[in-house]
This record gives sequence, structure tokens and C-alpha cells, in this order.
Amino acid sequence: MARKAPEPVQIVKQRRDAALNALVGGVPYINFMGISFDRRGDELTGVLSFEDKLIGNPILPAIHGGVTAAFLEVTAVISLSWAYIWEDFESGTLDVEALAAGNLPRLPKTIDFTVDYLRSGLPRDAYARATITRAGRRYASVQAEAWQDNKDRPFAQATAHFLMPRPDQSSDQSGD
Amino acid sequence: MTVDKAKIARQFIQTIPHSKALGMEITALGDGMAEITMPYDERFIGDPKTGVIHGGAVSALMDTCGGAAVMSHPDAPAGTATIDLRIDYMRAATPGQAITARAEVYHITRSVAFVRATACDDDTDRPVATATGAFTVEGR
Repeated sequence: MARKAPEPVQIVKQRRDAALNALVGGVPYINFMGISFDRRGDELTGVLSFEDKLIGNPILPAIHGGVTAAFLEVTAVISLSWAYIWEDFESGTLDVEALAAGNLPRLPKTIDFTVDYLRSGLPRDAYARATITRAGRRYASVQAEAWQDNKDRPFAQATAHFLMPRPDQSSDQSGD
Repeated sequence: MTVDKAKIARQFIQTIPHSKALGMEITALGDGMAEITMPYDERFIGDPKTGVIHGGAVSALMDTCGGAAVMSHPDAPAGTATIDLRIDYMRAATPGQAITARAEVYHITRSVAFVRATACDDDTDRPVATATGAFTVEGR
């Protein structure tokens, strides 16, 4: 039995980066916040680039609690959507060019979101990773953690529940 | 709450860069209650297909409103920080409409303020989201 030759590395990278860019670049709020994603294989790290407009306490100064919550929520939603479409674009069921053209899959909807503030967010870049603790057909549970200088000293953590998009919901679905 | 304290709290909140970036405006403040409104803005869209505002922007609104309510409480001498915040998203906010959050301190101790908040768009009978949080009481 002849084994299929592995794909050239550029093809693999190009496809995955294009899928990620389509997923992240399509959301105005992620751009507004200055959040980007680093990818290592299927592992994503959210990066929040510090800007003055993210400050919540000008006296300390510290990052706004709402920014921290939003950063964790963005990281959780993108990580969950990414895991949800990974198999499809890897196998070719989901066309990456169509994704890049704006034909994005429906995003999971947040049901609830709880954030614990462990220390104040310093005026510098922050990073976050999410772990999908349960990925069901309808509901998913996700945990996320954000850090700045030391990964072992997170400044915030979150637990969230999401309603997954129905597989038959195509692009023209409106409202909720 | 004295007029001075209300004024100080209002001034402090209006100098928060992120609240300004989101266009937040205080519509009511005092005695452990705050009401803040955030206009609809295409830059805050979380779902490009529907134009619905991202949950993160709603979280920022809830957090600011909760903190403002604590700072306006007569038993809270100075600043505050969020310990935890839980937000339940009941429905998507209607695109094009401002979101208004109303937060109240329903219990306060020497060190912790317990806060409830509700966010609505134009349809005030059906909240977009509710939140509960614990905030620090600082400065005593």
C-alpha cells in the first residue's frame, strides 16, 4: 500500500495561516482591541498589544478589567472556533479560499462568562491561551488564562460556556 | 452621597481611557448605583454576519458600571478593583442600538462590595445580559 506523500510545508502553513487570518481578521472588535494570534501547529496564543486606550486605572496605571475580560473571551471564542473548523479545512471539506473571501462559519455564542482577576494588568503586552474542557455538539466549556511576564503567574483566568453553531446553519442565517 | 463625592467619582470615571475609547457615558450615578450607556459602533462588532456587538465590549461596560456603582457608594471611601465578574448573555443585542448598563451595590462590607448589573438595548423588557460581581473596597 503506497503511502501518500506528505504535503509541502509551505502549502500546510499557507492553508492554516489563511484559515486563522480569515477567522480573526473578519471580526472588527478583535482589530479594535489590537488582539492577534500566534500559531504553533493547532495551538493558539492570543496576544494583546498594549495601547494607552486599554487603560482602566490611569493612576496605577493598569489595564481595564473589561479589556482583560474581553481578551480572555476573544481568545476563548477563537480557540473554540479554530478547533471546531480545524478538521474541516485540513481535510478540504471547508475551502480556505472561500473562508478568506468572507464565507466564515457561524461563531459559537457565549452563554456565560466568569472572570477572576488575580493581579492588576500592567501597562504592557499580555498573552492568553484557552483550553477546551468539553466540546459537545451543542454546548462547550472553555477555560482561559492570561499572563504578562511569567506564564506561571497569570493575572486573570476565565471559565466560559458556549452554544455551538448548528452544522446545518449556513452563511445566510440572521439574528439569533 | 455628597455632591463632591458624586462629582469626584464621575470625573474619575470619565478619565478612564478605555471607557472613553468605547464611548461610554454616565447617565446616572450615586449611592451605590450607576447607569452607563455605550453607543453602537461598527468597530465593536463581534459577529460580522449579523453586526452584533462583541460580548467583550459588553463585559467592559458591565465592569465599568459595576466599579462606578462601588465608587459612588457612601461606605466605599476610595477606589475599587474587580475581584470577579460573571456575565450571562441572554440574547444578542440589536445592531444599531446603544447598550445601557445599570449596576447596584446590593451589599457592602469593610472589604468587599457585591454588585448586580443588567444591560439592555432599546427593548428594556428583555435584558441583553446580566452580571454579578465582587469588587474590592479600598482605602480604609
